Amino acid sequence: MCLRILRAGPLCTVQDAGRWGYLRYGVTPAGPMDWISFASANAIIGNVAGKAVVEVGPAGLAFTSDIQQQLAIVAPGFRVLRAGSAVPSGVVMTIPPGMRVDIQPGPWGVWGYVALPGGVAGEPVMGSMATHLRSGLGGAALALGDTVDAAAAGAGGADRCLVKAAVKRETPPIRYVPGPQDDLFEDGALMAGSFTVSARSDRMAYRLNGPPLPAAGGHDIVSDGTPLGAIQVPGDGQPFVLMADRQPTGGYPKIGTVIRADLPRLAQMRAGETLRFQAVTVEAAVEALRAAMERVASLPGRLREMRFLRDR
Amino acid sequence: MTPVFRDTGECALVIEFGTTIDDALIEQVLALDAALPPLPGLREAVPTYRSLMLHYDPMILPREVLVRQVQAALAVAKADRQEGQLWQLPACYDPTLAVDLQHVAATTGLDSQAVARAHAGASYRVVMYGFAPGWAYLSGLPPALALPRRATPRDVIPAGSLIIAGGLAIVAALPMPSGWHIIGQTAVQMFAPARLPAFLLAPGDRLQFDPVDLATHHALIARASAGEPLARKVAG
Repeated sequence: MCLRILRAGPLCTVQDAGRWGYLRYGVTPAGPMDWISFASANAIIGNVAGKAVVEVGPAGLAFTSDIQQQLAIVAPGFRVLRAGSAVPSGVVMTIPPGMRVDIQPGPWGVWGYVALPGGVAGEPVMGSMATHLRSGLGGAALALGDTVDAAAAGAGGADRCLVKAAVKRETPPIRYVPGPQDDLFEDGALMAGSFTVSARSDRMAYRLNGPPLPAAGGHDIVSDGTPLGAIQVPGDGQPFVLMADRQPTGGYPKIGTVIRADLPRLAQMRAGETLRFQAVTVEAAVEALRAAMERVASLPGRLREMRFLRDR
Repeated sequence: MTPVFRDTGECALVIEFGTTIDDALIEQVLALDAALPPLPGLREAVPTYRSLMLHYDPMILPREVLVRQVQAALAVAKADRQEGQLWQLPACYDPTLAVDLQHVAATTGLDSQAVARAHAGASYRVVMYGFAPGWAYLSGLPPALALPRRATPRDVIPAGSLIIAGGLAIVAALPMPSGWHIIGQTAVQMFAPARLPAFLLAPGDRLQFDPVDLATHHALIARASAGEPLARKVAG
């Protein structure tokens, strides 16, 4: 045994890169809400990409460990406490047996990640450890008393932290690629106003409130594939962005798709926060994705020692 | 006809054959799906009644390479309704399970037995899965059985429900809410995560129903729970 959950807010789950390969059978991949922070947590602890981690929900998580345990936390905007003392929210550290770690909601941010050496241990379901709460594939949300094991021993070493957050709280527009049904909407309709993240948002979709987006010919189309980030517009004209737990197909017109590089920034927005959209080309989206991936890959080299933690 | 290539972000490309439900479009979608070879970076292909969505990793498979591969596949793809494995699934139309049989009969002007006979006598094709894991959307429902959805959806319908609405037929897997009409039930577990394979019927496969009485249906449910697939592959 290693991590023992002392407090779990809603929507704390085990997630890996997702249950891919069964979209055509109607299976939702699930996976992380913020892929950049997820990948960052695995990268800074030295895991290969895509290993299973604990995704921390909006109300946080607290745990202790039965053994000395190395772990990485990337939880942008959250407050991370180690035995009651604040540490950076991007950190690799070793905790002694019995020490409490608290990941608490901070000034911003919705999703955080706890990575363990070798990933979270467990039996994959259909090739993945990802938790899809709606279908029950991969299990249930974490609860008080649950235990989470590491698949490997940690490499050890000094406690280190990221000086800059992996995902920052920035306010430039969320970029999207128009289509495939953007021709049903007025030109640039999505860029005309600003939108507020609705409280009715979850791992399946983020609902947005803003100027209505009427579709020519109505809001029912013959079902079509729906990728991560698709911006669907139902009959009330209020768009929603499909997130990790989306269904593989849908019958609402899609005015555009949020680019992968900006999806984490949207995922980390709380209900009530506002955003604007900016259309970009596929080429620009690919370049932004490449830059985001390179940045994640560079993170292990940007870790800084924080000896002060040991000295306390 | 030449399909339209529509980007859905930088990691998905939809090949759109049309915007309606039409047998000719379905055959073209399934033909392209079958003709497209596995490609490094092509993660998954998701067919619907009118389009094929290709999920890809642009870091491995650049868009222009994918487009060239799709064009090559389109050139050799042959729409042929006779392709795909033919399956036979036991189906029970007993009114205790087929709770909407009478309503469908009253709406379509047939009697209950004729509704069951029409559903069981047709040849179907699995076009796509959608809504929930293992929910198979079919083509081939006789036009006489076309009717709108229920005014009020049910909170949950049983696993294995055979449901119809809007001129389409579905074999439902996991229990889910639905506004479609329940006109029968199959004992086959369309989706069993612990079974290999978890899914029996692939998009493009063909399907017929084999009517069984209630006692047989219950016996088959017990056998399915023990892990038997029940669905039979038929030559043809």
